[in-house]
Amino acid sequence: MDQHNTGDELTCRELVELVTDYLEQALPAPERARFDAHLAACEGCRDYLDQIRRTIGVLGRLDPATLTDDERTRLIALFRGWRAGAGR
Amino acid sequence: MSIALSPQSAGGTSPGTDELALVEALRRGDEAAFLALVERYHAPLMRAALAYVGSRAVAEEVVQETWIGVLQGIARFEGRSSLKTWIYRILSNCARSRGAREARSVPFADLGATGDEGPSVDPASFIPPGQVDAGWWSSHPASWAGLPEERFLAAETRAVIEGAVATLPPAQRTVITLRDIEGWPADEVCQLLAISDANQRVLLHRARARVRAALARYLTEG
Repeated sequence: MDQHNTGDELTCRELVELVTDYLEQALPAPERARFDAHLAACEGCRDYLDQIRRTIGVLGRLDPATLTDDERTRLIALFRGWRAGAGR
Repeated sequence: MSIALSPQSAGGTSPGTDELALVEALRRGDEAAFLALVERYHAPLMRAALAYVGSRAVAEEVVQETWIGVLQGIARFEGRSSLKTWIYRILSNCARSRGAREARSVPFADLGATGDEGPSVDPASFIPPGQVDAGWWSSHPASWAGLPEERFLAAETRAVIEGAVATLPPAQRTVITLRDIEGWPADEVCQLLAISDANQRVLLHRARARVRAALARYLTEG
């Protein structure tokens, strides 16, 4: 019998559904302990968690979009129109 | 004199001192104050609007309506929330009413709906039930540890990620945009969208799982 199946251990399939709760610190302590125990024993899940972390990293570095000159011009016109209308 | 917003004052649940100064200046009709707001929030508002509505043209209109709403409402801003949350609330209302006008209200009927109920990982990646080690990986996820950092920074990789986000169901798209792209804390996202913390996590979870899958496909096949 393989050492994996000991009853109350998480499976990989269960672990991948808990990854966000784990990263968000939302797992109750016993669940977190099971999660950590599984990770310690499972390279596949460590790689999966790493993939999720790298994905979040790339998302966080996406184009910090900036205002274009066109948009700025249009918005200033909008503002001046509002100010004139409001009698300021 | 220019009025700048410090990054710290943009978050939080109540306006900081310089936010209040900005609000006061805007009420007096100070153009520099408006520009300071626009420089800080227009681009993120566009990104958030695109998470609500399908096209760039409609998103631009929604954000323009949002700025009009900000100008018209600034006299009544009471500072019970941060300026950022207040502005995004206006955006969210504009986007929803636009969605309703265009009979596209389905995605907004229940932002709490998770959009889909599929598993995070293709079940074929796991050993099937009934076999020894059922539920463990049958094919391991690839290790990304050996990939050069440039692969993650490449324009093409970012395009894959942008594309994956764009095809998510609207509620998932909105949550992952605010949390992981714009860097909002969970509580502010819940407040803006009026969803529970647990619900927010489910949406974020499904969204991240799908974006990861798209990135994995690209990195291993590309």
